[in-house]
Amino acid sequence: MRISLRFATLWGLAAMATCAIAQTMPLDLPKSIEAGSAVSVATSGNGKAVLYIVGIGQVLRHDVQLGEKAALAPGELHNAGHYGAFLVGPSSTQTAEFDVTAQQPSSLSFLAKPSRLPVDLHEGISGVVYVFDAFRNLVLSPTQVSFELSEIGGATQTRVVTTQNGVAWLRLDSAPKAGAAQFLARVGAVTEKRIVQQVSGEPCNLRMSARRSGTRVEVETEPLRDCKGNAVPDGTIVTFIERNNGSESTVDVPLKRGVARTDLPANDGATISVATGVVMGNEIRWRQ
Amino acid sequence: MNLTWPIRFTTFLLVIGLMAGTLAVSADEQSAVTVANADSVGPRTLEPQTRTAVVRDYLAAWQSLNRASDENNAALLDADFTGIAKEKLSDTIDHQQKLGVRTRYQDGKHNIKLVFYSPEGLSIELLDMAEYDVQILDHDKPLATQHIRAQYLAVLTPTEVRWKVRILQSTPQ
Repeated sequence: MRISLRFATLWGLAAMATCAIAQTMPLDLPKSIEAGSAVSVATSGNGKAVLYIVGIGQVLRHDVQLGEKAALAPGELHNAGHYGAFLVGPSSTQTAEFDVTAQQPSSLSFLAKPSRLPVDLHEGISGVVYVFDAFRNLVLSPTQVSFELSEIGGATQTRVVTTQNGVAWLRLDSAPKAGAAQFLARVGAVTEKRIVQQVSGEPCNLRMSARRSGTRVEVETEPLRDCKGNAVPDGTIVTFIERNNGSESTVDVPLKRGVARTDLPANDGATISVATGVVMGNEIRWRQ
Repeated sequence: MNLTWPIRFTTFLLVIGLMAGTLAVSADEQSAVTVANADSVGPRTLEPQTRTAVVRDYLAAWQSLNRASDENNAALLDADFTGIAKEKLSDTIDHQQKLGVRTRYQDGKHNIKLVFYSPEGLSIELLDMAEYDVQILDHDKPLATQHIRAQYLAVLTPTEVRWKVRILQSTPQ
């Protein structure tokens, strides 16, 4: 019993000492400071102390003469976030908590997707913008972001979106006309630009014609266009198939200047068909 | 038993201390993480697997941050942080090392809510009302401990095998 009481006494003294050490007084600091601002901290008393500013974004340490003002230079405390301040003096510790907030928008992180897509696609293009200040802090106050998608020499779609938690996003339709479009995000004088390539869709009305060329038959498509009248890009593969008495020959031809052409053996009664991608064209039965 | 008041007081402190210890153990044993339901987080549907992975990787990032700050070893951030967050936290740790200061974060509670999943699936944003104790040590001498309750905003992006924290910033209270 005597040992346990002695232990309890020791523990109690230790606990009281801890309480005394932990005894802190509030430190006079504003609750909110803009990133990069100069900060002045009033101190009282005599002797030397150390001011610690502690946050996950930054840790600062300043030697301070008590009774004088401790100063943080402009730009010194620049990472936005929640901070604890500790003024550790010879006899006491003063503490405070405060927030460092972002400055005005200075840069945008703009993600436009995809960089290439078919024309006339509903909500096919997405834009996401994160707004940052000069110190790369996310600007959390609601900020208006203007999005503009403009076809070169054509129409412009404009939408204004207000950021929530530092981010603004939208979806837009791709234009009916193929070509490069400029996708712009703007906050005040800060702009970011991306280029979105709008390419023609699947061909519409794939049609070919055939004519004799010596012992062979020459087949040629009409100029390939999508359903909005945009030319299908050169290089698109067009497949010609000739079937005759159970045999089959296939020729793959890249589109050149909008058309595909080749020649095939001129077999009487042969059936010639054409296709590209998932689109089937017309069929011709060849007669000598 | 007739005890004098100092003994009574120390006994009282002892009992309080034991009770506090018991409560602390209980708190450790309980899950200190809550995740709010969020099926719709903006433009993209959030699958349960994605939600689980994001929360798991976000909490792992806090563990890495705690260890990196305590050991002043910025390399410990590599697995869980990327981009701005990694650069800023690495700078903080390098600066701590130069000052001879360490910070020890005792991770407490996390109340997480996913708020935005980008349309192309390349970023996810969450809010976390976090509670933790931060202790500051100058040349290994503990100076002060502060209990912090602050809301954090994190943006995570997918990498080859996991989500990494790209932005970690507390929101003004």
